[in-house]
Amino acid sequence: MLHTVNKSPFERNTLEACLKRAVPGAAILLIEDAVYAALAGTTLADAMTSAAQRFEVSVLGPDLAARGLENAALVEGVTVVDYGGFVDLAAAKGSVQAWL
Amino acid sequence: MNEQDTDGTVTKRFMIVNRKAPHGTVYALEVLEMVLISAMFDQDVHVAFLDDGVWQLRRGQMPGALEMKDFSKTYRALEGYGVEKIYVEGESLAERGLSEQDLVIPVEVIARADMARLMDGMDVVLTA
Amino acid sequence: MKFAILVNEGPFNHQAVDTAYQFARAALARGHEVLRVFFYYDGVHNAHRHSAPQADERNIVARWSKLAEEHGVDLAVCVAAGLRRGVTEAVIAPGFRITGLGQLIEAGIDADRTMVFGD
Repeated sequence: MLHTVNKSPFERNTLEACLKRAVPGAAILLIEDAVYAALAGTTLADAMTSAAQRFEVSVLGPDLAARGLENAALVEGVTVVDYGGFVDLAAAKGSVQAWL
Repeated sequence: MNEQDTDGTVTKRFMIVNRKAPHGTVYALEVLEMVLISAMFDQDVHVAFLDDGVWQLRRGQMPGALEMKDFSKTYRALEGYGVEKIYVEGESLAERGLSEQDLVIPVEVIARADMARLMDGMDVVLTA
Repeated sequence: MKFAILVNEGPFNHQAVDTAYQFARAALARGHEVLRVFFYYDGVHNAHRHSAPQADERNIVARWSKLAEEHGVDLAVCVAAGLRRGVTEAVIAPGFRITGLGQLIEAGIDADRTMVFGD
């Protein structure tokens, strides 16, 4: 399954809600304001590093770039994908759940 | 994944997920309309309540004071529509000081780990 | 692969609609099919033909119409959600059609993947 999360973890708990229910090995894609969760150096970075070991975590590149974060350091183990990569993930990972 | 019945029709596992409290936003009401429609399609429909979604099932709601519809009564009609797979996450109830007795309908309370596995087995997950 | 897309939010307030559109375009570019984009909740406002953003802004409604015209994507607006919000046959942009919520469930049955974009 592919899970999508679109809210900043500093504002909403959808990423936490997703992490609590995703099964090991699931894919999680951070989009829109959730891209802030992928950044290194935040108070959440350790938790995200650990999450990236249990899940296949990726982040939407155009959403990083839009927010001035194209070259920002990311948490280890997080992959950057574009919209085509988003489509590929949805196609490859079975059903999709959007955590809203 | 989905099953192909002998007559060629497809039965998919649908889950309609409720994670938002009622009244503060319109989602709970319009999700319920989605649940009722989904019952007309001979699909394997699951309705899940977790996180603040469990508040939708709280007994004694009186949104009339807000001039809003008390759709909590409609949950009682779901069984009559053939929607029988209604799951509430136990941890979400406990976190909010709620128990099964506080809810408007009898439901199957399942553990978070079981909710996770159930979700993972769905073909279509509709969230709001 | 066949995709169905559910759009939960109106244009402009949330990026959800932009993400749904970019996803649909990328799926088509990858050679996939987008069976239907279904507009529910405030998503019905995406169909409003009187939307007139300034010239230097993206025109979200027109962009959907173009997607329907160029790729035959079915833009389905929920009748009940639309009625509540004044989005009826009289105000919908080209390419959109008003239909029942059952068309969302049908899309879920017919598509290989159902995507949801919302707040």
